Amino acid sequence: MTMSRWLILGATSPIAREFARLAAAQGAEIVLAGRDLEDMERSAADIRVRSDRTVSVVEFDALDMASHEAFARRVDEEGEGTLGVFVAFGFMPSQTEIDAAPELGAHVISANFTGAVSILQWLKPVLEKRKGVVVVLGSVAGDRGRASNYTYGSAKAGLHTFLQGLRIVLDRAGVRVINIKPGFIDTSMSWGSVKDGPLMATPRALAERALKLADGKGAGESYFPWFWFFIMTIIKSVPYRIFRKLPI
Amino acid sequence: MMWKTAAFSGWGRLPYGTSQATRPERFGQLRAAVTGSGAGTLIARGLGRSYGDCAVNEGGRLVLTERLDRIVSFDAGTGDVVVEAGISLRSLLDIFLPRGFMVPVCPGTAYVTVGGAIANDVHGKNHEKDGAFGAHVRWFELMLASGEIVRASRDSDTALFDATVGGIGLTGFIVTACLRLARIPSNALIVRERPVPDLDALLAKLHEEASATYSVAWFDALASDGSLGRGIVETATVSPTNIQVKPRKPKSLPVTPPSLVLNSISVRAFNALYRARVPANGREKLLDYDRFLFPLDSVLGWNRMYGKRGFRQFQSIVPAAALVPLLERIGRSRAGSFLAVLKAMGPAGTGMLSFPTAGYVVALDFPNKSGIVELLSDLERITLEHGGRVYLAKDSCLSAQGFAAMYPRLPEFLDVLERVDPKRRLGSNMSRRLGIRGGTP
Repeated sequence: MTMSRWLILGATSPIAREFARLAAAQGAEIVLAGRDLEDMERSAADIRVRSDRTVSVVEFDALDMASHEAFARRVDEEGEGTLGVFVAFGFMPSQTEIDAAPELGAHVISANFTGAVSILQWLKPVLEKRKGVVVVLGSVAGDRGRASNYTYGSAKAGLHTFLQGLRIVLDRAGVRVINIKPGFIDTSMSWGSVKDGPLMATPRALAERALKLADGKGAGESYFPWFWFFIMTIIKSVPYRIFRKLPI
Repeated sequence: MMWKTAAFSGWGRLPYGTSQATRPERFGQLRAAVTGSGAGTLIARGLGRSYGDCAVNEGGRLVLTERLDRIVSFDAGTGDVVVEAGISLRSLLDIFLPRGFMVPVCPGTAYVTVGGAIANDVHGKNHEKDGAFGAHVRWFELMLASGEIVRASRDSDTALFDATVGGIGLTGFIVTACLRLARIPSNALIVRERPVPDLDALLAKLHEEASATYSVAWFDALASDGSLGRGIVETATVSPTNIQVKPRKPKSLPVTPPSLVLNSISVRAFNALYRARVPANGREKLLDYDRFLFPLDSVLGWNRMYGKRGFRQFQSIVPAAALVPLLERIGRSRAGSFLAVLKAMGPAGTGMLSFPTAGYVVALDFPNKSGIVELLSDLERITLEHGGRVYLAKDSCLSAQGFAAMYPRLPEFLDVLERVDPKRRLGSNMSRRLGIRGGTP
């Protein structure tokens, strides 16, 4: 089922930008939400030329949780019909950076977990009323804490668990909750920290997958690309005494 | 700003050392990348289709532009489209061909950015009719090394405009550009192919077909003596009617073959087969723009065909009198590969370092093996003796002296650089090799 409107949270990421282009090409109205208004206006113009759809830009800050209630109300008031929500914001400093500036630890949790919980909690009644779908970008990093990335991983693990419950509750109202756990995606998040190679997927491919899942009937968790299922199954099953020695 | 250290090469895959590279995803990050401090010089890099070292910057920094790929506006009345410089011609064609608009000048691949097309002032098979890419650029906004954004067009700051068109990225970073797209009557071209036995016949046929919108000849670079210049002349005119177009699904070259696979025997065999495709009295067919303009785009990463050592391309424009000595020298080397192209060019545009100018353009690839640098230096000499010039977008070997002699507007270009980049923050392997403002990385 295609949505009549997609709300894209964290719209300046390349994944979100590709997703918005694809969703608009299907005929949906697009609402780009994020902090960098100047950049989102450029993306909005781009989508209007490409697909001739209505695109609007709204300010949204995952960390400014006091603003989320009003934000959700505005979403409710503007427009009707089915609503898709794509949660694409996130923040991943390296573990070394977090250790150098410990205050970053809690910040990472807010930007990836608490902020997402807050806005989804406020949007929940709107979704129940409007019907639709929620697509969230989780992460393979949430499957097991690793020395190189455990703070970010823990935020994503919390998010995964939250979505598992939210999925059950919203399912009763006819709203599907999809959690995609990407592996390495070629964006600024992985730039310089992950080597180019066959494991690296493009933002476009992930956006296509996300929209395909949203258009389908299923809900639940999946990995992207699919082979991460096997990689993560192995990573989760390695005994601790071996795992602690792995350079990952 | 996130920088990573990696080795970058041109499309010819010659080995170069590492540079620092960043890839802005948002508009604001571009300025941070350009104005931030760091080692060495800076240069923009698009999709890496320039063959040599104009977007290589060993020991310096690269700003990759491909993620800033948005359309700012489009006016269906005039065909004017304003885009960010990182958008590819492929994207523009995907969006605008179905609406009856064509990118007026396309090189042999659509996987180039608009910024790169301007910086190399690329040309296509329609150069005689439509000029080079720069002729269709109405204006652009350029971020100078200082971070300041200036607008240049044919009416305002003409010097900066003409220095940037063909200026291999040395004036600054194109932020947005306005191009005028061409309205087309259909999605198809009537393509004619005629075999020709030798160079005289090839030139005569190109001349005879001068009214065609597109014209180009393929020649057998291994032929010599009486059959020197034998090949196929291909021309195309716009079709009044549409054809059904199946979307192309490009394949990737699955492995990098050993460098030995391309040798004079395999190329000879290929050339014979390639010629044999076209019947003696020629043939005519309807083709969509994409398949006519970009035959090589059906194989992604075809440049790996030349193996690990990579390849070098020679492309120059010369008067007709230089063709025999050039083709003879190429034939004698027996090193030429099957992608040998000859085309008549129209008059020059306004770019100070623009390549296209009246004459005949010759282009072909050479696997990078011993003797090739010497061969290219001979070809440079022959080109220079006849008052011709070498194409910087393809070049990896040209000497600084040869460059200065081939591009007489270089002093004007240097004056503009002195004004827009007084601190010499911009530079590339090519600019250093060609002695443009000298300096270290």
